[in-house]
Amino acid sequence: MSIRVLFFATIADVTGKREMKLDASAHANVASIYSRLAQECPGLEARRASVLCAVNSEFARPDSPVHDGDEVAFFPPVSGG
Amino acid sequence: MFRLVNDPIDAGSLRCALVCPEDGAVVIFEGIVRNHARGKGVRYLEYQAYESMALHKIEEIGAHARNEFAIRDIAIVHRLGRLDPGECSVAIVVVAAHRAAAFDACRYAIDAIKKIVPIWKKEFYEDGEIWVEGPT
Repeated sequence: MSIRVLFFATIADVTGKREMKLDASAHANVASIYSRLAQECPGLEARRASVLCAVNSEFARPDSPVHDGDEVAFFPPVSGG
Repeated sequence: MFRLVNDPIDAGSLRCALVCPEDGAVVIFEGIVRNHARGKGVRYLEYQAYESMALHKIEEIGAHARNEFAIRDIAIVHRLGRLDPGECSVAIVVVAAHRAAAFDACRYAIDAIKKIVPIWKKEFYEDGEIWVEGPT
């Protein structure tokens, strides 16, 4: 299945990109997708404890499922305002 | 009214757009860019957002404020892109019959924005720059 992955702020600096397409396995969840990204971009592993994730613009947990066509975003704790 | 904008925020015109004769209180909060942080002079900031989610979360905060507090209306506008010291990064306008609910709703809204709206700021100093990260 195909998903769109977005990165913001420090996470985008670590990956060197703002977005990418990813072919994920049928039973993927947020944690498994992050692990796959970390294989290609080892800097992500050190950020695992603090990174936040959203699936289709809603906050998600490591065990949240990801489905075909979903938009998955990884970002650091927010600092707006 | 809930918006992300790239141009300067005019809180006064927001206030004028919101206030009605039945209101007895208007509370306006403006977050402005400080010229110092972490013991350094700040030249300017850049705000980046996950825009679709940020707007969705700001709308949720506004809806929650309307449900939880005895207010008539609330407007939230957050600016993105480059901002110089002294410029307004976020404006919240709350109108209500009485002041207590307006103060409470405004305080709730800015605290919630700082917790759950996916916007990040980068501080630019004379000798470098850093992304600011909120508490985890």
